[in-house]
Amino acid sequence: MIDVLYFAWVRERIGLPRERVETGAATVAELVEELRAREDRYAAAFADLSALRVAVDQELADFDASLDGAREVAFFPPMTGG
Amino acid sequence: MAVRVQETGFDPGAELNAFTAAASGAGAVVSFTGVVRDLDTGGLDRMEIEHYPGMTESAIAKIEAEAVRRWRLADSLVIHRYGALAAGETIMMVATAAPHRADAFQAAEFLMDYLKSRAPFWKKEVTADGAAWVAARDADEDALSRW
Repeated sequence: MIDVLYFAWVRERIGLPRERVETGAATVAELVEELRAREDRYAAAFADLSALRVAVDQELADFDASLDGAREVAFFPPMTGG
Repeated sequence: MAVRVQETGFDPGAELNAFTAAASGAGAVVSFTGVVRDLDTGGLDRMEIEHYPGMTESAIAKIEAEAVRRWRLADSLVIHRYGALAAGETIMMVATAAPHRADAFQAAEFLMDYLKSRAPFWKKEVTADGAAWVAARDADEDALSRW
Protein backbone atom coordinates (compact mmCIF):
# COMPACT_ATOMS: atom_id res chain seq x y z
CA MET A 1 0.00 0.00 0.00
CA ILE A 2 1.16 3.44 -0.85
CA ASP A 3 -0.27 6.89 -0.15
CA VAL A 4 -0.81 8.84 -3.38
CA LEU A 5 -1.29 12.60 -3.09
CA TYR A 6 -2.51 15.09 -5.68
CA PHE A 7 -2.11 18.85 -5.66
CA ALA A 8 -3.44 21.87 -7.57
CA TRP A 9 -5.17 21.04 -10.88
CA VAL A 10 -4.14 17.39 -10.62
CA ARG A 11 -6.17 17.18 -7.40
CA GLU A 12 -9.10 18.98 -9.05
CA ARG A 13 -9.03 16.79 -12.16
CA ILE A 14 -8.91 13.54 -10.20
CA GLY A 15 -11.34 14.84 -7.60
CA LEU A 16 -9.57 13.93 -4.38
CA PRO A 17 -6.48 15.08 -2.46
CA ARG A 18 -5.10 11.68 -1.49
CA GLU A 19 -5.83 7.98 -1.52
CA ARG A 20 -4.27 4.69 -0.49
CA VAL A 21 -3.37 2.58 -3.49
CA GLU A 22 -2.72 -1.14 -3.57
CA THR A 23 0.00 -1.49 -6.16
CA GLY A 24 2.80 -3.72 -7.29
CA ALA A 25 4.35 -0.94 -9.38
CA ALA A 26 8.14 -0.93 -9.24
CA THR A 27 8.51 2.62 -10.52
CA VAL A 28 6.57 5.87 -10.60
CA ALA A 29 5.96 5.35 -14.33
CA GLU A 30 4.36 1.94 -13.64
CA LEU A 31 2.15 3.49 -10.97
CA VAL A 32 1.08 6.17 -13.47
CA GLU A 33 0.14 3.45 -15.97
CA GLU A 34 -1.98 1.69 -13.34
CA LEU A 35 -3.74 4.93 -12.38
CA ARG A 36 -4.32 5.92 -16.02
CA ALA A 37 -6.05 2.61 -16.67
CA ARG A 38 -8.53 3.18 -13.82
CA GLU A 39 -10.89 5.87 -15.11
CA ASP A 40 -11.09 8.75 -17.55
CA ARG A 41 -10.39 11.36 -14.85
CA TYR A 42 -7.05 9.70 -14.11
CA ALA A 43 -6.23 9.37 -17.81
CA ALA A 44 -7.00 13.08 -18.20
CA ALA A 45 -4.83 14.08 -15.26
CA PHE A 46 -1.89 11.99 -16.47
CA ALA A 47 -2.31 12.72 -20.20
CA ASP A 48 0.83 14.86 -20.46
CA LEU A 49 3.60 13.85 -18.07
CA SER A 50 5.75 16.78 -19.19
CA ALA A 51 3.20 19.01 -17.41
CA LEU A 52 3.61 17.07 -14.16
CA ARG A 53 6.16 16.77 -11.41
CA VAL A 54 6.47 13.93 -8.91
CA ALA A 55 7.79 13.56 -5.38
CA VAL A 56 8.58 10.24 -3.71
CA ASP A 57 8.51 10.43 0.09
CA GLN A 58 8.47 14.23 -0.16
CA GLU A 59 11.59 14.46 -2.37
CA LEU A 60 11.38 15.55 -6.00
CA ALA A 61 11.96 12.52 -8.22
CA ASP A 62 11.85 11.38 -11.84
CA PHE A 63 9.13 9.25 -13.38
CA ASP A 64 11.58 6.35 -13.65
CA ALA A 65 12.30 6.52 -9.90
CA SER A 66 11.95 3.29 -7.92
CA LEU A 67 9.06 2.83 -5.52
CA ASP A 68 10.96 0.25 -3.49
CA GLY A 69 10.16 1.05 0.15
CA ALA A 70 8.27 4.22 -0.78
CA ARG A 71 5.40 5.24 1.51
CA GLU A 72 4.14 8.34 -0.28
CA VAL A 73 4.04 9.54 -3.89
CA ALA A 74 2.73 12.96 -4.87
CA PHE A 75 1.79 14.30 -8.30
CA PHE A 76 1.49 18.01 -9.06
CA PRO A 77 2.10 20.67 -11.71
CA PRO A 78 5.33 22.73 -11.77
CA MET A 79 5.51 24.79 -8.59
CA THR A 80 4.61 28.47 -8.48
CA GLY A 81 5.75 29.73 -5.10
CA GLY A 82 7.40 32.98 -4.12
CA MET B 1 18.08 29.66 9.87
CA ALA B 2 14.33 29.69 10.18
CA VAL B 3 11.43 28.54 8.00
CA ARG B 4 7.82 29.45 8.72
CA VAL B 5 4.93 28.25 6.57
CA GLN B 6 1.72 29.78 7.84
CA GLU B 7 -1.81 30.78 6.91
CA THR B 8 -1.90 33.90 9.04
CA GLY B 9 -0.60 37.26 7.90
CA PHE B 10 2.58 38.80 9.23
CA ASP B 11 4.21 42.22 9.50
CA PRO B 12 7.32 42.20 7.29
CA GLY B 13 8.68 45.33 8.97
CA ALA B 14 8.46 43.83 12.44
CA GLU B 15 9.94 40.56 11.18
CA LEU B 16 12.85 42.39 9.58
CA ASN B 17 13.52 44.40 12.74
CA ALA B 18 13.55 41.25 14.88
CA PHE B 19 15.76 39.45 12.35
CA THR B 20 18.20 42.36 12.20
CA ALA B 21 18.36 42.65 15.99
CA ALA B 22 19.09 38.93 16.34
CA ALA B 23 21.79 39.08 13.66
CA SER B 24 23.69 41.86 15.44
CA GLY B 25 27.24 42.14 14.15
CA ALA B 26 26.41 40.61 10.77
CA GLY B 27 27.18 43.83 8.89
CA ALA B 28 24.69 43.30 6.05
CA VAL B 29 21.00 42.41 6.04
CA VAL B 30 19.00 41.99 2.82
CA SER B 31 15.28 41.31 2.65
CA PHE B 32 12.69 40.66 -0.04
CA THR B 33 8.95 40.87 0.47
CA GLY B 34 6.51 39.32 -2.03
CA VAL B 35 3.10 40.97 -2.36
CA VAL B 36 -0.05 39.66 -4.11
CA ARG B 37 -0.24 41.51 -7.43
CA ASP B 38 -3.62 42.36 -8.92
CA LEU B 39 -4.29 41.21 -12.49
CA ASP B 40 -3.24 43.63 -15.26
CA THR B 41 -6.94 44.11 -15.89
CA GLY B 42 -7.72 44.43 -12.18
CA GLY B 43 -10.46 42.33 -10.66
CA LEU B 44 -8.51 39.79 -8.64
CA ASP B 45 -10.95 38.59 -6.01
CA ARG B 46 -8.30 36.55 -4.19
CA MET B 47 -5.26 34.40 -4.67
CA GLU B 48 -5.40 30.90 -3.22
CA ILE B 49 -2.11 29.28 -2.34
CA GLU B 50 -1.96 25.53 -1.87
CA HIS B 51 1.08 23.70 -0.50
CA TYR B 52 2.33 20.26 0.43
CA PRO B 53 2.56 20.19 4.24
CA GLY B 54 5.73 18.45 5.35
CA MET B 55 7.50 18.62 2.02
CA THR B 56 7.19 22.41 1.95
CA GLU B 57 9.15 22.82 5.16
CA SER B 58 11.78 20.23 4.28
CA ALA B 59 12.23 21.59 0.72
CA ILE B 60 12.78 25.14 2.02
CA ALA B 61 15.14 23.90 4.73
CA LYS B 62 17.18 22.14 2.03
CA ILE B 63 17.31 25.32 -0.08
CA GLU B 64 18.45 27.28 2.97
CA ALA B 65 21.12 24.69 3.76
CA GLU B 66 22.43 25.00 0.21
CA ALA B 67 22.58 28.80 0.57
CA VAL B 68 24.57 28.40 3.79
CA ARG B 69 26.95 26.04 2.00
CA ARG B 70 27.52 28.55 -0.82
CA TRP B 71 27.69 31.86 1.01
CA ARG B 72 28.96 33.14 4.32
CA LEU B 73 25.65 33.71 6.08
CA ALA B 74 25.09 34.64 9.70
CA ASP B 75 21.39 33.86 9.48
CA SER B 76 18.44 33.53 7.10
CA LEU B 77 14.68 33.65 7.36
CA VAL B 78 11.93 32.41 5.03
CA ILE B 79 8.25 33.05 5.72
CA HIS B 80 5.68 31.86 3.17
CA ARG B 81 1.91 31.98 3.51
CA TYR B 82 -0.77 29.69 2.14
CA GLY B 83 -4.56 29.96 1.96
CA ALA B 84 -6.63 32.83 0.53
CA LEU B 85 -4.94 36.23 0.10
CA ALA B 86 -6.21 39.51 -1.33
CA ALA B 87 -4.29 41.81 -3.69
CA GLY B 88 -1.78 43.86 -1.71
CA GLU B 89 -1.33 41.28 1.04
CA THR B 90 2.15 40.04 1.85
CA ILE B 91 2.67 36.49 0.55
CA MET B 92 6.20 35.83 1.70
CA MET B 93 9.51 37.24 2.75
CA VAL B 94 13.13 36.24 2.68
CA ALA B 95 15.86 37.81 4.78
CA THR B 96 19.57 37.09 4.86
CA ALA B 97 22.30 38.35 7.16
CA ALA B 98 25.98 38.15 6.30
CA PRO B 99 29.27 39.83 7.16
CA HIS B 100 29.26 41.59 3.77
CA ARG B 101 26.52 42.67 1.37
CA ALA B 102 27.50 40.55 -1.65
CA ASP B 103 26.81 37.33 0.26
CA ALA B 104 23.54 38.68 1.65
CA PHE B 105 22.27 39.87 -1.77
CA GLN B 106 23.28 36.74 -3.65
CA ALA B 107 21.94 34.35 -1.03
CA ALA B 108 18.60 36.22 -0.98
CA GLU B 109 18.31 35.98 -4.77
CA PHE B 110 19.26 32.31 -4.69
CA LEU B 111 16.61 31.62 -2.03
CA MET B 112 13.98 33.46 -4.08
CA ASP B 113 14.83 31.69 -7.32
CA TYR B 114 14.63 28.27 -5.68
CA LEU B 115 11.49 29.08 -3.68
CA LYS B 116 9.70 29.93 -6.91
CA SER B 117 10.40 26.62 -8.63
CA ARG B 118 11.40 24.07 -5.99
CA ALA B 119 9.18 24.70 -2.98
CA PRO B 120 5.80 22.96 -3.36
CA PHE B 121 3.43 25.91 -3.56
CA TRP B 122 0.76 26.46 -6.22
CA LYS B 123 -1.07 29.71 -6.84
CA LYS B 124 -4.59 30.04 -8.15
CA GLU B 125 -6.11 33.37 -9.20
CA VAL B 126 -9.82 33.75 -8.50
CA THR B 127 -11.92 36.43 -10.24
CA ALA B 128 -15.64 37.00 -10.67
CA ASP B 129 -15.34 35.05 -13.96
CA GLY B 130 -13.78 31.97 -12.43
CA ALA B 131 -10.48 30.57 -11.23
CA ALA B 132 -7.22 29.73 -12.99
CA TRP B 133 -4.03 28.08 -11.77
CA VAL B 134 -0.98 30.26 -12.32
CA ALA B 135 1.28 28.58 -14.88
CA ALA B 136 4.97 28.19 -14.11
CA ARG B 137 7.10 30.50 -16.24
CA ASP B 138 10.05 29.21 -18.24
CA ALA B 139 11.97 32.25 -17.01
CA ASP B 140 11.63 31.02 -13.43
CA GLU B 141 13.04 27.62 -14.33
CA ASP B 142 15.80 29.24 -16.42
CA ALA B 143 16.73 31.45 -13.45
CA LEU B 144 18.01 28.37 -11.62
CA SER B 145 20.67 27.71 -14.25
CA ARG B 146 22.68 30.76 -13.19
CA TRP B 147 23.38 29.18 -9.82
